[in-house]
Amino acid sequence: MSTHSLTKAALRAEGLPRRRAVNRLMELLAWLAAALAVAILGIVVWSVARRGAGALNLDLITKTPVQFSFTPVRQGLANAFAGSLVIVGIATAMALPVAILVAVYLNEFARAGIRTAVSLTLDVLNGVPAIVIGIFVYGLLVVGRGQSAFAGSFALACIMLPLVARSTMEVLALVPSSLREASLALGVPRWRTTLSIVLPQTIGGIVTGTVLAVARVAGETAPLLFVSSLVGTQVSWDPHHALQTVPVAIFELAESPDPADHTRAWAAALVLLLFILVASLGARWLATRSARRLSASR
Amino acid sequence: MQSTAAASTTIERIVKVDTSRQPMPSRERLERIFSIEHLDALYGGKPAIKDISLDVYKNLVTAIIGPSGCGKSTFIRCLNRMNDLIPSFSQTGTIRYHGQDITDAGVDPVAVRRNIGMVFQRPNPFPKSIYDNVAWGMRVLGMKDSLDERVERALTQAALWDEVKDRLKASALSLSGGQQQRLCIARAIAVEPDVVLMDEPASALDPIATAAIEKLMDSLKSEYTFVIVTHNMQQAARVADMTAFFSISRGEEGQRWGELIEYDATEKIFTTPSDKRTEDYVTGRFG
Repeated sequence: MSTHSLTKAALRAEGLPRRRAVNRLMELLAWLAAALAVAILGIVVWSVARRGAGALNLDLITKTPVQFSFTPVRQGLANAFAGSLVIVGIATAMALPVAILVAVYLNEFARAGIRTAVSLTLDVLNGVPAIVIGIFVYGLLVVGRGQSAFAGSFALACIMLPLVARSTMEVLALVPSSLREASLALGVPRWRTTLSIVLPQTIGGIVTGTVLAVARVAGETAPLLFVSSLVGTQVSWDPHHALQTVPVAIFELAESPDPADHTRAWAAALVLLLFILVASLGARWLATRSARRLSASR
Repeated sequence: MQSTAAASTTIERIVKVDTSRQPMPSRERLERIFSIEHLDALYGGKPAIKDISLDVYKNLVTAIIGPSGCGKSTFIRCLNRMNDLIPSFSQTGTIRYHGQDITDAGVDPVAVRRNIGMVFQRPNPFPKSIYDNVAWGMRVLGMKDSLDERVERALTQAALWDEVKDRLKASALSLSGGQQQRLCIARAIAVEPDVVLMDEPASALDPIATAAIEKLMDSLKSEYTFVIVTHNMQQAARVADMTAFFSISRGEEGQRWGELIEYDATEKIFTTPSDKRTEDYVTGRFG
């Protein structure tokens, strides 16, 4: 309608007040949805912090648990923190090289059909429930051999592999093809171009993806219940034996009849949460930094 | 058709053929470096260029001109197998380089590109220092002795040395667009190729940087052979000894592909072309 009329009556005739009302309503709903998402995280962090702060002290990470004590002794979860460090560390060492090679192959060398098929496989692997991976590793490595931290690392590596491979593929795709062409046009072979020109551009992105994957598996409980849960109370760094981990410790403490254990579970959960928060923020910072570097080189 | 005299005055008004550049040796004394016969290039089965046959001569500057979409870039990228990187690409015909067909299955594209370098439309320096941009290729290809001298020589040949000699360790990305493009030329000639292909090297540059690049092509052609794609006719007239004019042909069902219309000495193309379509293009009457 182009009557060029600017009066209120003309606007009302076009249904403007109703459109305006619908617009406001939808905007409000969208805002509420966003607020809900933030609120859920806020409530989780707040309730964990409120209940766990009391038991949060240095003893928690430096002292080992004391079992079957009838006197109130202060005890920590040093064995769980050490175990988590060992298991996640080995898992990263296993998953990272494989994931980078998978991503490099798919992005730089594979034909389009293979790339689509393998990418889909990675997505499916990413969607496999953690407990299924736990059962798989239990059947593969634990039956007949007994539990070990290695088996736990292998299970976590299976979860990390698709995460790191997918995020590495994304940063590889961001490297401008003009850089590859520049190198190839000099008569440099493709493997050398990938190694010396393409990969250095993606280090920031690979680190980001790895940190996020570490944050994710550090909190995984289900696969470790089968493969690394029959543990001692002493700090051990030996991956040949089952090692306690923070999430499994939280799970066990939460089932304990002792309320003091519950508080410790909350405190451990708070430490885990803080670690994941710091890791995610660190990863974000690295990601923006590497994105800046990439866009500067375009 | 108008008289030849009238036509040539029109042409000269629009495109002045530069005679200050080094003269071209007589045609009989020229050595053929590329012999291209019946080259068809296709993307996903659709032809981009059809039936291109031409010879490129050693130590000359050969220009490829023509309207957008006529397959100039596709053609030049065939000459060092750069199109291999495009999955849907295919080609037929022969491209003989010093007598050897580079499209043969047994030919290693890496070896082809080692001999036939390329400078791209948009400057694409590595995100490394100015020095390393030039030195990296030589290092990888095993030209490790007297690296500093080679870097200086390449940068001097590319008319960039004086501007960067005090900040060789600075990032190449800190250079201006024209300087970056000259750095890319230095990088390409540092590894001492036989042929340098240039795909619209000046399209993103200002006139001063363009003039610098044209001047260096003229001074370097005693050592190298240049093939330059350009949409700028004045540029072809200024730098090229030989000029090939490509145009777009249309099929009955709306297909479009590039074809070679005329290939001759630059003076001939710009003053007395034998094909009406060439004349229309170089006089600016192209529709």
